[in-house]
Amino acid sequence: MMLDRIMERHRETLILLRRNRKIKAGASILAVILAIAVIGPYTTEYGPLEYTGAIGEPPSSRHPLGTNTFGYDLYSQVVYGLRSSILIGLLGGILATAIGVLIGFISGYFGGIIDELLMMLTNIFLVIPTLALLIIIAAYIEHRGILIESVIIGLTSWPWTARAVRANTLSLRNREFVYLARMSGMPTRSIILREIAPNMLSYIIMVFILQFGGAILYAVSLDFIGLGPTKGISLGVILQQAVLWNAVQLGMWWWAIPPGLLIALLLTSLYVINTGLDEVLNPRLRRQG
Amino acid sequence: MGLIRYIGKKAVIYLATFFVAVTLNWAIPRFMPGNPIGILLSRFATLPESAEVMYSYFTQAFGLDKPLYEQYINFWRALLNGDLGVSIYLYPQKVRDIVLEALPYDIVLIVPAVIVSWIVGNWLGALASTNRRLDNILMPIFYFLTASPYFWMAIVLAWVFTVTIPIFPPSGAYSPGISPSLSLSFIVDFLKHWILPFLSLLLVMLGGWAIGMRNMIIYELESNYSRYMEALGAPNRLILRYAFRNAMLPQITGLALQIGLAVAGAITTEIVFSYPGLGYLMLQAIQNQDYFLMQGAFLVIVIMVLISNFVIDIVYAIVDPRVRYTYTGETG
Repeated sequence: MMLDRIMERHRETLILLRRNRKIKAGASILAVILAIAVIGPYTTEYGPLEYTGAIGEPPSSRHPLGTNTFGYDLYSQVVYGLRSSILIGLLGGILATAIGVLIGFISGYFGGIIDELLMMLTNIFLVIPTLALLIIIAAYIEHRGILIESVIIGLTSWPWTARAVRANTLSLRNREFVYLARMSGMPTRSIILREIAPNMLSYIIMVFILQFGGAILYAVSLDFIGLGPTKGISLGVILQQAVLWNAVQLGMWWWAIPPGLLIALLLTSLYVINTGLDEVLNPRLRRQG
Repeated sequence: MGLIRYIGKKAVIYLATFFVAVTLNWAIPRFMPGNPIGILLSRFATLPESAEVMYSYFTQAFGLDKPLYEQYINFWRALLNGDLGVSIYLYPQKVRDIVLEALPYDIVLIVPAVIVSWIVGNWLGALASTNRRLDNILMPIFYFLTASPYFWMAIVLAWVFTVTIPIFPPSGAYSPGISPSLSLSFIVDFLKHWILPFLSLLLVMLGGWAIGMRNMIIYELESNYSRYMEALGAPNRLILRYAFRNAMLPQITGLALQIGLAVAGAITTEIVFSYPGLGYLMLQAIQNQDYFLMQGAFLVIVIMVLISNFVIDIVYAIVDPRVRYTYTGETG
């Protein structure tokens, strides 16, 4: 119901969203990649860790992305790996966004000593390099699964979101319509839910898109260092093994190049969509003519 | 006056960050679910002179029979004495010595990569913001660069320049037969090994700077002062110069955030090229379950990031006088 009201209020924005070239291009690439992740595993007869008999073969009609030193079909590895990388990205991204929005909002809306303390905490964790912190946490976990990996990523990558959301909350809190609501004696809960939340929604969506991409990047980096899921496959794990077994030096480019290209394209599409959203929602960025 | 107060306040934040990082380093092996400290100590059982290692000042700090607060104080005491424990993988070398030996390799990679990417990226971004055609060609490239994982960029460069066109060596910081000296042949050899990891970092970071600069300039050109100048009939070049100068400021703040990401990029890039910096060291530590070495590397990375952030803050205050005025006490 709230969604309907928001749609009603933002009909013009929605039209602009659909017309934006960046959003169109980004969303098309994203849709293709998501489709590969969802449908891909059904289009291959091999499991991702199944010996096929073909060792180190270049791409062919039987093995569209070739096979590696262990005789695994790389197309299968990539489609299954993409699926788990996206899953980690979604879970980690949601968690990081939730923590960041909560801390940023409380900090910005209530101010005072709570704000000082929360921002001190945020600034401290903002400076500590996330990947290094993730490494020492992950190294002490004996059995790592997709869920644990996304949780530790979510728990460590929220700080910039908290700071951005705090700034956004501060500017919203001082708008006329919020003053008006407060003067009319509306309870805090209703002010937050009915006046502020709908106006922050678009901002939170943009934050989530960046956190989703960030979580994927952190996950593939952790996997690449050898601290990814202890069982199973992901795009980062494929790349880790490719480097460990000298794929590039042995001329097996099909082992090392396509998985990373897929990650880069996925993240490009997310960044481009985000810029498109920014242009629509923040008219000063729109280019004239 | 303002500058000193500003620096003082920043120093407090960074000291607090250091404190938290050390505390995390202490707490993670103790409070993680499972039995991490057991894994850590069991590694010593495999060593020939395990008793002697256990006697180290640092391992004593792990004495689990003592109350927690005492363990914590001992940990700090060892740390401030420069004792980071003994490496298991490179036994009997001290973690401190190993880490300090690796650190220069990170500095020669990260510092030039950050500075060059910042200059070139900002320049390309400014160029794109003023030229519509160029903008349409360059922007997708910038987005792709910034979206690429550092280590994948490194793999691509390794594939192109060490396999397809083999003009650079694939791994290490210098050729095995050569020993470090200030001779010309060593320097050339060193640079040949350095160029690919450097380029990997440079290319990925460059995209981010260019996008940031381009967006900031367009933002500034739409602002009131630019419109006012336009209305007064000021030449385009002048308006652009003002926009450029204002757009620079957030880019300097961005440097501080970028350092942490550059370090993360260096960690994974070094692995691709077996470049003997802290990242490669961390990989060795992880593969050999050498936890002291890993935590020592973490601590040095944090210190490195804190120092560079502090330097950037000071530069920022010098470049933008408004920062100093805020701390003179007259305003805000």
